[in-house]
Amino acid sequence: MSSNAITIPGAQMQSRPWVDELHQWLTTVDHKRLGILYILSALLFLVIGGVEALVIRIQLMRSHNDFVAPEVFNRMFTMHGTTMIFFVAMPVLFGFANYLVPLMIGARDMAFPRLNAFSFWLSFLGGLLLYFSVLGGSGLYGAGNAPDVGWWAYAPLGARAFSPGHSSDYWTLALLVSGFGSIGTAINIIATVLCMRCPGMKLSRMPLLVWLNLVMAGMVLIAITPLSAAQMMLLIDRYLGGHFFDTQAGGSAVLWMHFFWIFGHPEVYILIIPSFAFMSEIIPVFSRKPIFGYPVMVGATVCIAFVSMSVWAHHMFTIGMNSYANSFFTITTMAVGVPTGIKIFNWIGTMWGGRIQFKTPMLFSIAFLFQFLIAGLTGIIQSSAPVDWQLSLSYFVVAHFHYVIVGGILFALFGAFYYWYPKMTGRMLSERLGKWHFWLFLIGFHLTFDVMHIPGILGMPRRIYTYEPGRGWDTLNLIISIGAFIQAIAILVFVANLIISCFKGAKAGNDPWDAWTLEWSTSSPPPAYNFATVPTVASRRPLWDLKHPEDPDSRYE
Amino acid sequence: MLRMTSSTLRCLAQTTLLLFWSAIAVWASEPKGSSSHGTNIFAPASTPAKSIADLSVFVLVITGIIFVVVFALLVYSVVKFRGRATDAGREPAQVYGSTQIELAWTIIPILIVVVLFLATARVIHAVQDAPEPAGAVQVTAIGHQYWWEFRYPKLGIVTANELHIPVSDPSRPTPTFIQLLSADTDHSFWVPELAGKTDLIPNHPNRMWMDPQRTGVFLGQCAQYCGTQHAKMLLRVSVDGPEEFASWVRAQQKPAEAGAIAGRRVFETNACMNCHSVAGTPANGRFGPDLTHLMSRVTIAAGAAKNTEDNLRLWIQDPSAIKPGSLMPAMKLSDADLDAVVSYMETLR
Amino acid sequence: MAGLIIAESSIFTIFVVAYLFYLGKSLTGPTPREVLETPIFYTICLLSSSLTIHFAAKCLARGIGFAFLGFWLLTIALGGLFLYGTAQEWHRLIYEHGLTISTNLFGTTYYSLVGLHAFHVTAGLIMLLTVAVLGLCGRVGVKQSGRIEVLSMYWHFVDAVWVVVFTVVYVLGR
Repeated sequence: MSSNAITIPGAQMQSRPWVDELHQWLTTVDHKRLGILYILSALLFLVIGGVEALVIRIQLMRSHNDFVAPEVFNRMFTMHGTTMIFFVAMPVLFGFANYLVPLMIGARDMAFPRLNAFSFWLSFLGGLLLYFSVLGGSGLYGAGNAPDVGWWAYAPLGARAFSPGHSSDYWTLALLVSGFGSIGTAINIIATVLCMRCPGMKLSRMPLLVWLNLVMAGMVLIAITPLSAAQMMLLIDRYLGGHFFDTQAGGSAVLWMHFFWIFGHPEVYILIIPSFAFMSEIIPVFSRKPIFGYPVMVGATVCIAFVSMSVWAHHMFTIGMNSYANSFFTITTMAVGVPTGIKIFNWIGTMWGGRIQFKTPMLFSIAFLFQFLIAGLTGIIQSSAPVDWQLSLSYFVVAHFHYVIVGGILFALFGAFYYWYPKMTGRMLSERLGKWHFWLFLIGFHLTFDVMHIPGILGMPRRIYTYEPGRGWDTLNLIISIGAFIQAIAILVFVANLIISCFKGAKAGNDPWDAWTLEWSTSSPPPAYNFATVPTVASRRPLWDLKHPEDPDSRYE
Repeated sequence: MLRMTSSTLRCLAQTTLLLFWSAIAVWASEPKGSSSHGTNIFAPASTPAKSIADLSVFVLVITGIIFVVVFALLVYSVVKFRGRATDAGREPAQVYGSTQIELAWTIIPILIVVVLFLATARVIHAVQDAPEPAGAVQVTAIGHQYWWEFRYPKLGIVTANELHIPVSDPSRPTPTFIQLLSADTDHSFWVPELAGKTDLIPNHPNRMWMDPQRTGVFLGQCAQYCGTQHAKMLLRVSVDGPEEFASWVRAQQKPAEAGAIAGRRVFETNACMNCHSVAGTPANGRFGPDLTHLMSRVTIAAGAAKNTEDNLRLWIQDPSAIKPGSLMPAMKLSDADLDAVVSYMETLR
Repeated sequence: MAGLIIAESSIFTIFVVAYLFYLGKSLTGPTPREVLETPIFYTICLLSSSLTIHFAAKCLARGIGFAFLGFWLLTIALGGLFLYGTAQEWHRLIYEHGLTISTNLFGTTYYSLVGLHAFHVTAGLIMLLTVAVLGLCGRVGVKQSGRIEVLSMYWHFVDAVWVVVFTVVYVLGR
């Protein structure tokens, strides 16, 4: 292997001074290393966010518990939400996109490698800034440290009057900074996909992962910026005496809500679409069939991207919009369920008639399908505005969105980890530990989030540090908390797997899964230049064509 | 063999989950009967809550059917098309798609969406655009950090945290229409068995209504995160029969009885008046709850503690012992003054 | 650059929405009608700078370095003039009419929107100046014309935003 090869420290026998190695990593502009950096930073914040979740669950284990003070609890749920969305989910998905997109289109790197590095470090800095609030948020004066305004920072709670000190400013700045990083990455992905595909790779021959990340990047450009704009306005209010959200001066708290959710709703699609991408790559390979309905999958995703820009106020059904607005957002939200459902059907269609192999990536994918189906359906339930008048702001919503994010996105991510870890490190993850991880996490997940729907139906609102006994919420909350701990153990198993396999995992070779996209044609891990010669493709599954010259895809496309 | 076990295990796991969840849902949906009602959205006692509950069941049934169908397809495909050891090396038929199937599973969901939407739109209009009849009781609710101010403009009543409204006879309805305002941040009025929640947003008046058809006490709490003690901004809605309601109104309309002079003097000279009102005395602060008829309430501090003498004493001495983060400062009164003030409070019936 | 422009347009859209939403909602203080004077001259300056930068890019592509530099410096001058005009207007608004960002809703939304735009003009001018310095040192030739095109796209975007801001603030807003 050339000395330019990408390695994880320790996986190769080279004796290079560790300072040099560290310097290489810190100054890298290589998309593969940046991808890994994104993923590692996301894992770090995942553990921190997970601890915050455990604190929340311990406090809520029984009514009138006093494990933490109300102020601390309020900081916990604010930080948990903010960390998980902005410093776990977005970076890890950007990391995978960074790693895989150039490889899958036969390119040597992203279009703007230095912008890529800049975007990563902005994102990481944002995370550090958020956590610096624990020290710097007027901590010495005791006026509050970590932000405690919820991850939406609804006006006027975020205003100077209700949020003295600097904790809300750290929230605002951290997201502003990492938001700019996200925009940089999105620009990079779009430019790379549009300009750097290898010969023969028309848009209609790109792997679905590339298509979906392209759509996601487009959405990032339009959806993240409203949040940035709103945060600039918040800073103007807090420091320059502005009145954007100052209700005493005629400003509107509802305007913040609109701006936030115009970002917030597309944001969750920005998170789920790359997860769909992973599923669209993994399920075909482990069913041994091509994806069912490739053009429809692309079309449905583009459809979702557009429609999702018009549904935001379903987060605001209770704020008192008129009946026409409520009806409008009901129908758009229900409408976005149609292309989403189509995708589920297409994945099942891919498995249908196949020869399914139940390796760990596929286990996570099947669980994804089951859970995403349920998550989508509880979404449809809440899309009906009157039903949402009861369920909104309750634990039903919390259950729903965790079902999507953990049951959907995180499960898809686990699948992606098990699938592409061999490519990134050259070693297979342990199947045995993988199955332990899967089953433990599945049990913990369902124990927590299935049950969590019920307190919502029984009237338990969200963001409360404690609750009254006698409302029927006690036992349910205990079960939920137990599930959380089981999930925590599963995560530990996963992290152990990641680390142990790095040193002891079986050697992977180029193509351990007998897959069909271009990344499997290089070595594992790929050399710095990705491909010794620029590949030429004639179909959507170039490696299938190579392995089955008697029946190539190019004959059917 | 491992693969087969895996997939069968999966199916068993998924089916168990399904049954478990259904059982819990059924158990949870039984209304808890007592004069103090619960907070179950499927135990509605008022028209808006009932319309929502009925619509919810309809939506649940439809989504339930969708779930069963797709779940069955998923389980079938996982079991039927699992790879066997004998398959090694052979690939199945490479199918790329099917236009008819795609059309089918596009059109059917669209039809389902249309049905769900029509059912929903009807309820939206029925609840939101309901006209206010002449006999309606009017309440203005103002959200504060962390308590509820209730004013009955036409009846001249000001109270806090515990709402009294008349029961409504469906043949001659006497609903209560509540105007929702806020003095500081966003709040949300949620009493699940009486109505869906509506937010209280500063500079953005809202309106909701309810026509409870059963008497009793209905519980709820603030549902929009409003700060440190959001969790203890509880609601008690007492639905009274017509005579009970009338006598409550009469009692609330009276100013405070004169009495407990020593305590009243402590109250009026220690900055209590800056925040609190007692009708018929110079105290007319509006930052905190009106105390004119404090003893007519079952709880204090928006439900954070029962309204007993000990709790009252503790609250006045140090609110953060009961509700840390509450905006009432610890008054730091001497024991004698504290006793006097508590005695005064006890006269405010 | 197209990607960046899309993202920036989105940010400006939100500020424009806020401006339009709050028209007429100020509780106190000067209203747009009372204090705003339409900056026709400075608008013409900025819009013609789009023309000059276009010519500059064209000249560079054809290799006429001298003309390129001339048009380029003209662009900078016109942009600078525009900024001067904005500064002058703000000075008048603050000291003669007492309108600041914290006066009322109009003040907040006006200074934010026009200020955001002026910030982008400033950033653009800095980039243009950098190129000017490089150009004066003889480092900008035909080979750089691609990058100059990209930069001029940004400048056109800034001008297009001004058209929108101008319409919203000085035409619709009064």
